[in-house]
Amino acid sequence: MSVSASPSQNDNDHCYSFMATLRVRLQMKKPKSIASPAELRRIAERVLKLSDADETEVEIDATTDALTRFANNTIHQNVAEEIRSLSVRAVVDGRTARATTNKTDDESLRRVVASAGSLARNEPKNPDLLPMLRPQKYQKVARFFQATANTTPEDRARAVAGVCKMAERAKQTAAGIFASGETESITANSKGLVATYRQTRAEFSVTMLEKNSSGWAKANSPDIGTINPEALALSASQRALNSREPREIEPGHYTAILPPAAVLDLVGFLFYDFAGTAVLDKRSCFTGRIGKKVLGENITLWDDVYHPLQSGPAYDGEGLSRQKVLLVDRGVVKNLVYSRATAKKMKARPTGHGFSLPNEYGEAPMNLVFEGGNTSIDEMVRATDRGILVTRLWYIREVDPYEKILTGMTRDGTFLIENGRISGGIRNFRFNQSMIEMLSNVEMLGPAVRAAGEESFEMVVPAMKIANFHFSEVTKF
Amino acid sequence: MQDWAHWAIETAKRRGASYADVRVMDIRHRDISVKNGEVGTLAESESLGIGVRVITNGAWGFAATDRLTREGVQACAAEAVAIAKASGLAKRENVSLASEEAYVDTWQNPFLKDPFRVPVERQIDLLLAADREMRRVKGITLAEGSMSFRSIEQLFASSTGSLIHQIKMQSGAGIVAMSFAGGEIQKRSYPNSFGGQHMLKGYELIESLDLVENAPRVAEECVALHSAAQCPEGHKTIILGASQLGLQIHESIGHPIELDRVLGMEANFAGMSFLTIDKLRKLKYGSDILNVVADARLDHGAGLGTFAYDDEGVPAQCTPIITNGLFTGYLSSRETARAIGEKRSGGTVRCESWNRLPMIRMTNISINPGSWNYDDLIADSDDAILMETNRSWSIDDKRYHFQFSTEIGWEIKGGKIGRMIKNPSYSGITTEFWNSCDAICSREHWTLWGTPNCGKGQPQQTMGTGHGASPARFRDVRVGVAFSK
Repeated sequence: MSVSASPSQNDNDHCYSFMATLRVRLQMKKPKSIASPAELRRIAERVLKLSDADETEVEIDATTDALTRFANNTIHQNVAEEIRSLSVRAVVDGRTARATTNKTDDESLRRVVASAGSLARNEPKNPDLLPMLRPQKYQKVARFFQATANTTPEDRARAVAGVCKMAERAKQTAAGIFASGETESITANSKGLVATYRQTRAEFSVTMLEKNSSGWAKANSPDIGTINPEALALSASQRALNSREPREIEPGHYTAILPPAAVLDLVGFLFYDFAGTAVLDKRSCFTGRIGKKVLGENITLWDDVYHPLQSGPAYDGEGLSRQKVLLVDRGVVKNLVYSRATAKKMKARPTGHGFSLPNEYGEAPMNLVFEGGNTSIDEMVRATDRGILVTRLWYIREVDPYEKILTGMTRDGTFLIENGRISGGIRNFRFNQSMIEMLSNVEMLGPAVRAAGEESFEMVVPAMKIANFHFSEVTKF
Repeated sequence: MQDWAHWAIETAKRRGASYADVRVMDIRHRDISVKNGEVGTLAESESLGIGVRVITNGAWGFAATDRLTREGVQACAAEAVAIAKASGLAKRENVSLASEEAYVDTWQNPFLKDPFRVPVERQIDLLLAADREMRRVKGITLAEGSMSFRSIEQLFASSTGSLIHQIKMQSGAGIVAMSFAGGEIQKRSYPNSFGGQHMLKGYELIESLDLVENAPRVAEECVALHSAAQCPEGHKTIILGASQLGLQIHESIGHPIELDRVLGMEANFAGMSFLTIDKLRKLKYGSDILNVVADARLDHGAGLGTFAYDDEGVPAQCTPIITNGLFTGYLSSRETARAIGEKRSGGTVRCESWNRLPMIRMTNISINPGSWNYDDLIADSDDAILMETNRSWSIDDKRYHFQFSTEIGWEIKGGKIGRMIKNPSYSGITTEFWNSCDAICSREHWTLWGTPNCGKGQPQQTMGTGHGASPARFRDVRVGVAFSK
């Protein structure tokens, strides 16, 4: 029995006629109305004028999002929303607080400004508070795609109808989502700082179900033109087909091959451990381990918002420019990320990763990029005598914060590998696995791709072949 | 609010909708947190908007906006109808709803003290005082406290004539002590982990929690965990504290009884359920002493799942879920109730905010109190582990296999509580676990816990749910596997 072991996220470069047609048509449409950058700027200036605080900061987002949801080979939910968020931070005599509204009439603006000031006046002084930033320079990032912004309910419904028909032809049942949206943002403060950002997003996720098996695939990108619903559905369909009649095998320690989506959902749990504040608070698994080789020689990890497969603004919650930071170099934990206040406390340089103030968490790297290798999943399978090929992981939670033991389940297509071949589907496992150990036991790496899972934000990760992965128990399907 | 609702419904009908309902919601939040003697978060927010749900040509559409001008609301309703027409491109059958009467009503949950009128300075002082008490204990490396308040005013209106005005006030608070020593991080929370206790009450809830008084004990237990014995591996009798049992109910009863999951509507994300329709009134879910209800009525308590009407205008109800161990009921909506031949929805459809589609959510899913006095239960247990306060939770996508760990445990030998146990964990299969329950404590030990962070749906929605529980005993449960090598 053969299984297409290519991760779903690698399927995006296939050019199907449906997507080619859709792309051309989408490019020709007029853009929808959303608050313009000029309009956001005008509202921001108005807020700053209304405030009598020592310092004032305003963040405004204008978002439209739409999501078509299908199950049982039919659309059962189909939604769209437009929403604004206007958030004001006031600084009064060394104190700071935030108030937020979605109303932009003059009376509401006055009220939200007054509310931020009033909250700030009624709290103790904050000894860590720094003056707001003056104007900054930012590296440009291009994450707005008109074709994504122009996507209509009919476009999404037609793509979903095609996937549902594919499922019916295969005597399978399709469920999933096709979503698209855009956001315009501005951050400005009374010191003259202005930072703006616009981004589109698109996502397609599909599960194909049979009587006792299922398969799954998902992709996510600012550019809808890189997402191929048919190819993703085909990949999921093959996994469901090939994992029919799953047999139960004993839990234990196995060689595991994890596609990028599964790797993402595990390593995503490490992101806050790289925050300076987490180490300062002694709740990071890297407390006492910085500068030490705690992971394998083949693990190198960056935070890099400028990577072409990444998304997000080039500035942080205070408007500071994001830096590219080497977090792990060949297994050695090299650097953390720091907000301005954390950097001052820890005698480090701020890296532009701070959250909007005030908050107790400080900062975090939100754009993780692993260095990949060049081994395909098919090659990993051929190089495995006995092991488990996973499609997707689910309901992952932290069991132990310092050894970073995570638990969770496999889902939607789990396969036994015997003598370099996939021998069939197996019932799903629970795992209890230390991330420190896992990233010390990586035997092979695939190319790093933009992956989308369910437990973590999107990042650039490779598939991994991992020795001695601990599958601790088995479920009933 | 009524004008906006009227404009939306009239526009939807004019555009061809055979059914329309709207939710206008005005939501206010206050969030405060402290950490190691300093204020962390201090923020207030408000959000007002309208969500319009329609059936057109037998298919669903939904649109939401915060542009609350006549033009903005009408455009939103028109978009909902256009989306419903697009849904028709991939439609197998027309949507059909179980019938429901129209209601015109107003309801507000009772509370004594409006938390938004309590000075924020007083709220911060209380958290800082608890924080100080925790940090007095040597070995505490991190102390945290938080409070959150929600005020939700909402109007539901439908094309069939319902007009329901509800106001809900929700409060919650909790504290956490953490200790890092010897390559180990330990944690204790009070009154519960992940934000503490939350109810549909006012500031009187916060005052009743005695955060400052409990802070030293919480911190001392946290530090003591470093030198406690590791939870053994094997099969043991376990006794779960009420808050942990609340989460066990949530994950292994509350989610699998959601009829949208059962019918495959959540297959891509939240998953499905082992509780297929053929199991209704046939499956022995638990032991004979197990009785569980889904009860959204105020009579049940001021839980996070309490209301007068759900978000598609169905009155709050009490549905028997497990009756003397037998599986007897689902959580349903008007659409899913019709799909399985029920006459009426169970009234469990809820939405997080005006911009989210209402969907089946837990209300208060509670285990009925048993007959045991807590001290008698301990005295009756020869060799067991008592586990309290959740630390992690995970369950498969059909809700069969679960694993939980708790912050703290105690060995019970010869009917007495003995030494402290660290890193307690247990796992099992849902029906096997509930069938192993042989003792449930009485009403005086029963608490209606609030879970404020239940996620479901795409786009994901966070909802508060209630879970009444008292300590209970389970036999022959696998323990310790989470830390097994």
